Order: sequence, then structure tokens, then C-alpha cells
Amino acid sequence: MRVGTLTRRRFVQGLAAGGVVTSLGRLNALAWDQPSRPPRVELRGTDIELSIAETPMNITGAPKIAQTINGTLPGPLLRLREGDTVTLRVRNQLDQDASIHWHGLILPANMDGVPGLSYHGIRPGESYVYRFRLKQHGTYWYHSHSGFQEQRGVYAPLVIEPRETDGVAADREHVVLLSDWTDESPERVFAKLKKQSNGYNFRQRTLGDFFKDVHDNGWKATMADRKAWGEMRMSASDLADVTGETYTYLMNGLAPAANWTGLFVPGEKVRLRVINGSAMSYFDLRIPGLELTVVAADGQPVRPVTVDELRIAVAETYDIVVAPSGREAFTIYAQAMDRTGFAAGTLAVREGLRAPVPELDPRPVLTMSDMGHGGHAHGAGATGAAGAAGATRAPDPHAGHTMPAPDPPKPQADPHAGHGGTPVAPVAPAAPVAPGAGGIVHPPSEKTPLVDMQTMSPTSKLNDPGIGLRDNGRRVLTYSDLRSAFDDPDGREPSRTIELHLTGHMERFAWSFDGVKFSGAGPIRLTYGERVRVVLVNDTMMTHPIHLHGMWSDLEDDEGKFMVRKHTIEMPPGSRRSYRVTADALGRWAYHCHLLYHMEAGMMREVRVEEKTT
Amino acid sequence: MTPRCGRCDWCHGCDGRHPGATGADRCDRCDGRHPVRRMRQVPRLMAVAVALSIATGSARAQTPHPHTGHSATVEQTPAGDPHAGHQSGAPLAPMAPVAPVAPGVYPGVIPQLTDDDRKAAFPDVDGHAAHDQDINYFVLFDQLEWETGTVQAAFGWDTKGWVGRDRDRLWLRTEGQRSDGDVWDAQTHAFYGRQVARWWDVLVGVRQDFAPGPAQTWAAFGVQGLAPYWFDVEATAYLGAEGRNHYRFETEYDLLLTNRLVLQPQAEMEIYGKPDLEHDRDRGLSTLDFGVRLRYLVQRDLAPYAGVVWHQKHFGTADIARDNGESTGGARFVAGLRFWF
Repeated sequence: MRVGTLTRRRFVQGLAAGGVVTSLGRLNALAWDQPSRPPRVELRGTDIELSIAETPMNITGAPKIAQTINGTLPGPLLRLREGDTVTLRVRNQLDQDASIHWHGLILPANMDGVPGLSYHGIRPGESYVYRFRLKQHGTYWYHSHSGFQEQRGVYAPLVIEPRETDGVAADREHVVLLSDWTDESPERVFAKLKKQSNGYNFRQRTLGDFFKDVHDNGWKATMADRKAWGEMRMSASDLADVTGETYTYLMNGLAPAANWTGLFVPGEKVRLRVINGSAMSYFDLRIPGLELTVVAADGQPVRPVTVDELRIAVAETYDIVVAPSGREAFTIYAQAMDRTGFAAGTLAVREGLRAPVPELDPRPVLTMSDMGHGGHAHGAGATGAAGAAGATRAPDPHAGHTMPAPDPPKPQADPHAGHGGTPVAPVAPAAPVAPGAGGIVHPPSEKTPLVDMQTMSPTSKLNDPGIGLRDNGRRVLTYSDLRSAFDDPDGREPSRTIELHLTGHMERFAWSFDGVKFSGAGPIRLTYGERVRVVLVNDTMMTHPIHLHGMWSDLEDDEGKFMVRKHTIEMPPGSRRSYRVTADALGRWAYHCHLLYHMEAGMMREVRVEEKTT
Repeated sequence: MTPRCGRCDWCHGCDGRHPGATGADRCDRCDGRHPVRRMRQVPRLMAVAVALSIATGSARAQTPHPHTGHSATVEQTPAGDPHAGHQSGAPLAPMAPVAPVAPGVYPGVIPQLTDDDRKAAFPDVDGHAAHDQDINYFVLFDQLEWETGTVQAAFGWDTKGWVGRDRDRLWLRTEGQRSDGDVWDAQTHAFYGRQVARWWDVLVGVRQDFAPGPAQTWAAFGVQGLAPYWFDVEATAYLGAEGRNHYRFETEYDLLLTNRLVLQPQAEMEIYGKPDLEHDRDRGLSTLDFGVRLRYLVQRDLAPYAGVVWHQKHFGTADIARDNGESTGGARFVAGLRFWF
């Protein structure tokens, strides 16, 4: 209710530069002709015109030039209908090449919008006509896949209404698109990270923290901790590369001071379509006073699960249903994972209300077990990493990995079946190995100086709420809570395993898969029609949201069984997770970390799905 | 003609006459690693019945989920039909394939491909461009300072920088001092540097000394990097004219009192292999420097500082200084600016 509660530095800066908060709100309001009332611009139908252009924008009090879709930030909400064939004409009014990628949509490769893979991009002054049939429904988003345009504002929500019903009972709905904004140019941010990768971290541990830790944990434990980090030459406070030091966190394009407001009538069920359209920021979202019932993840329906809080990785979407009542206003509070800022808005019975805004949680500190370096995975309940059992080892002939990739036990899949015509009974699965004891094998290509660490005993961490969310007194969503509302849509066992390690070098801000940056790597080849298991191992200390274009990522549980269908798989440090991919989309597809600067620094691959040629 | 293996999902609804069937006891789509159905050797009719029931079972598995990504696909294609394989497989088998590959017969969840699909899948493009091979640069004015102390007030600088990619970089260093309009100490390095280990670069290059004394050129070989516990280290060996050799070791450390207030101790040691009277140096350890600078980060890239520096000549080099009536060292106060871009 009181503006005075917003004392974070960034907003103070905003005030100092831009006058009072209300004028900050008004500045935003100029861009939206309806101040803080969603949806700002909503486009429906099957024929849609979009235009990417430069637009003056004032988020923090300092006038800047954003790149926008149809003049707004975020761009217009597209509300389309499942089964329709849509025509989306995108005009580029920038003086540089641009593009639009439809994140999470299943469509032909030449409609996917990645320059150099799907098409040539859209040249200045030219247009590209996207035309495809919508084969799904749910909450998605769309954004530029060119350079740093996404950070500058070229992103927007996309909702596909079901042809019939999706079974979610809600009286009204709001899109809640979270994002990060910087007054600096993204090129400058990237260059700064290359020069000094901890440049935005003003939460590093200090001499004072050392004395405090000695006091709290004793001399021995503190010295052991500092020794471990000192030998790794890493920082336990390194949770985000780009922080609230430069970012202002936005909800539907509005800074917290501008208070985006979604209306409700008491007693109604309200569906919130939460989208993380950030370049680099994970958010932990909650609405104090309300339970969140998660009904969809990445656009796909899940069995409803009720929580108090959820972490949304970059590029993920969650549909949640809330039932606000008993109060006039509730704060939607989304703190950045590194606790250097937050996005916030209000669910209210009318405009102009505010509820108390919570304090930021304390800054979390990474531990050795977070990094997959043994110890006790606190709260992780840890669980055998799928694949640690090492039942069969099938070298992957297509992806150029010389490393044998351990498969999870597959009771039915006998690699020798069919040879010699002898009837073969299914082999008994190998006895499961104790969690984390499998020992991890790293690909030889990781032996480059640009890989600064390798995890030693990764686990799936599927039921770990994550860094900074453990034991916080709230029920926090984990991946193990997510179950698709449908059975495994393919049904086949994967025929082979592709294991990829997420790698990088913090100090040089170099990122890669298996130690090889995008520009040095060939495509990962899949045969049309096959079903593969992708095993990811995070060999870095950062968390990475991994997004495969064109095909679903069907996340598996620790037994290798289908859990939930997603388009973006969050990979915390020290984790090993597996998912199934049905190669049902011919063509060349981008596959990358959705942290924009990690992708640009090389954490990307092409996945090429081709027909079998023999 | 190969009988269908009847063992795997690939073979549902398949009569074994896939293009390219090899004569083995399985069809060519099956490499034996598919889930075994345990229905080998069953009479043909029964096999068909089982295959049919499995196929319809899998089709049923999809229908309750009309919203999953594949639902539209299923509507579009006859692939869910267990007989589809008979239709597409039979006419194609005897023909020499004109198109690169005849369409395989895919399980119900996989759409059959058309030529339009193939065209849409592989547009004529050149590959995606990322920023992972960009040339970057970094310039650090580590010390830009005024000093007062045993000698007269002076101005000193120590600057380093690089330009290049992640592993290969051109490194430049320059440092020196001037007072009363007179540059009495100045040297510049240019190196090619290659990252050889996680935290270490090896350097090969040249160093040019402009002062004191006559100008001097050295070949330089070094390592630099981040030692455990975040000590910045530079160790360099120099080879000069007349067989001269010279070694320098430098290290510094950032102690975070707070995230803005940083105490930076620093040490430097110089050793010469031969006496060099032109430059007032004897062999052995010639100088030791220690400094402590306390800086305040106004911004990450801009920090004013103040500190104390001890400079001490040793052994023969100290004797030479005394003979010349010069100071052999002492403490100085420094104040300056550290910034980078």
C-alpha cells in the first residue's frame, strides 16, 4: 500500500532520477494506454501483423531506447486457438536483422524463427510470413532469437486456447510475464561479463562474513569451506551473472513501483499464466495469503498440485489457479533467485490497491553439495541419478561423443536381442547402484582449460526445492511434483542415450556443452522417428535452463519413467537429469541454455533430425 | 522377403517388406534394441492379431490427450492405422528410390513425411551465428597514482590489458614513474598469451625499457594466472643483450572488507643474473616492493584508493645506490584511481 516500503536501491534511483513513483508509473503508462491493467494489447484471430521497432522506454527514470514488438514491452499478447492455421506477418523496422521464435511451439523447422537454422532472419525493412498449424494449447511466449534483442524487449506472451476445454476451472485469467530490464546496452553487459565475470555481484563473501562464519560454524568448518572454494577459485555467492545491480525486474513490463494490477472478484478462481521471459533471471514466485495450484507446466497440463511458492526458470511457464478472498489485495511477489531484487504486482478488487510487499529472503550461499561434490544433498532426498546403475553402455555413434553413456536399467531393452535369431529372454536389470555412487565419466572434450570444474557425484535433485528455497517454511514446487495430465505420449523406450555435459569457465565467461562451444561443434544428429534419452549433467556452478526447439523434452524420474512434458529443463548445479525426446520433427533445431548471455557465449548446439539414409 | 520380427514397436503393423530389408530375421528399422515383445515364432495370424491389438492400444493411449502436441499430427496422418505399413511399404519396395530415401514406416506417434515436410525442414541457410568467437578486450589501470615520500612527489602508473578471444590474447603491460616532468622509469611489454590450464596463461613477447639509463630490449617469457585462494600471480623471465637475464615475480590479492571496500596487498621481486652498471644494478636480488592499497568501489569499474608502498634495494644494487648518493628505499604514501574498461 505504501510506496515507502519499496526501498530497494534501484527504485530509489528511479525516484531520484524520475521524480515520484506515480510519475514513474505514468511514464510506463504512456507506452500502454491503459496503466497497469492487463492485458495491454491482445491480438486474436488467425491473421496477425507484428512489427519489431525501436521505442523510447522509461523503466527506471532514465529514458532509454527499447526494441519492442508493436511498440510495447512486452509485446502484444497473442491469443490463438488450437487447431487453427495462423498467419503471422512479422515486419522488421530495426536497422539490424531480427527474428521471432515461437517458444515451445511444435511447428515446421522453417517456421521456428532461428536465423541460420530456420531461415535467414528478417532483414531490415523486410517481413517474414510465418504460417503454421497450432497443434497444441497452453501458455507460451515468443521472442527474438537474434543477438541481444530479447534483452532489449523483443518478447511477449502467447496463449493458445484449447479447441474444447483444458479442464481448468477458472473464472478469469491474467498473464503474468516476468522479465529483466537493464538501462545498459546488452552488448555492454556481455562485454563486461567477458572482462570481469563477477562484475555484477556485489554480494560476495567478505571478511565480515568470514568472522561471522567462524563464530557460527567454528574455525575448522569455516577454514575448510574457504579452502574448498579457494582451491576451486570460485565464489559461493555466485548465483546470477547479471544481478539487481543493473537489472530492474518487471511484471508485465512494469517495475514494482508501477504496481501491475490484476483484478479479481472475491470468490472467483483466477488463473495466472506465469511466464519467465527474462534474459538471465530466475524468479521465486509466491502470493502471500494464497495457495497456488499448478495446473500446467510449459503449456502442457499437469495433475494439479498445490504449493505456496515456485521457482520459475528462464523460459519456463506455469499456469496456476488461485482463489483470492477475504482481502482486497494480494501481492504477487517474484524475487530474483539471487535476492538482489524482485518483480511484484498486485491482485486486487480494484485499481490502486497494494498489499504488503515481503522482504527479500537472505542471500543464499552455495555449498559443496550444491555443486555435486559429495556431502549431503540437503533436502534433496537424493535419489539415484538415472543412469548411475550403468546397466548398458551404448556409445552414441551420431553425436560425436566418444564417451560411453550409461543407460538407466531398461528391463525390456536387450542390446543383443535379435542377433542370431535366438530367442532371448529379457535380461534382468542390473542391480541399482546406491545414489550418486555410480561415479561420473566426463567426455574427453572437457579436457580444455575452458572447463573450470566437473561435478563428481551429481544427482537428479528432482525433489530439491533448490538453492535458497530449502526449509523456508513454505511448500515449494519441485520437479518431482510435476506429473503430466497424460501418459507418455510416445510409449516407446528410448533406443539410445545421448549424454551431454553443461560446461563453462566462470572467470572467462565461456560456456559450452562438453567443453565445446557452439561455433566449434557439429550438430547432434537424430534419426527421424527415433526416440532418444538425453542425459544432461551440469558441470558448472550455475543453473541452466536447457531448451530444445521443435520437439518436447519428456522429463523422466529417477527410475527412467516419464514424468512431465516440458520445453525447457532447468538444470541446477551438480545435477544430472534425463528426458526423452521423440524425433518427430524433421529439420535443424536450436538447442541451448536459455540464459541469453550463456547461449551467446557458446552454450548451444544444433540438433539435426534427418531421415534414415540407408 | 523378410518376415517381420514382431519384436518391437517399430514393427507394429509392418509386414517386413520395408525398403532395404536385409534378409535378417528382423526388419531394417529394428536394430534389436527395441523393447522386446516376446512374440517371436507365433503363428502369423496370431501375430497380426497381437500387432493389431498393440497398435490400437497405442492409438488409444493418445486419444484421451487431445491437447498434447501430437494430437493434431495424429489427425493429419494415417499413421495410427495399423495397416498403413502395408500400403506404403508394398509399392515402394521394388522401386529404386528416386527421392533420397523412401519414407519409412513409423510408429503411430510419428507423422509420415511428405515432400512438403522435407522442404520445410531444410531451408537453404548458413548456420546460426553466436558471439562465442568474438574478439573482446580489457584495459585495467591498476595503478594511476601520486606518491609522496622519501623522494620528491611523483606520479606512477601500472596498466595492463588484453585483446582477443577466450584463450588467445594479445597482452600489453606498461608501468613507470615520472616526477618534475621527467620520466625516470618506464617500460612496456607486449605478449602473445595462450591459456594452457584452467587459470593460467603462458606468455611470449618483448619488453622495452625506456628509462632509467639507456633503452633496453628484452625477450620475455612468462606465466600469469590465478593461484589457489585467488592470488593473482605474474612470473616473467627476461633475456637481454650480452646474455643478460632477469626475473620478476609479482602477486596481489583482493581482500574484501566489504563488497565496496577492498584491501589489496601486493608484492614484487626483481632478480638479475648479471651486473649491469649502465643501469645501476648488480646481480642477485635487486629490489623488493610491498604495497597495501585500500580502494573504494564507486562503481565496479572505478575505484579511488590510498595506500602505502615500501620500496627497497638490496645487496649490490643497494651498494651502487649508496655509492651514487641515492636512496636505497623507503616508504611512500600513494593515492590514486583504479579503473577498467
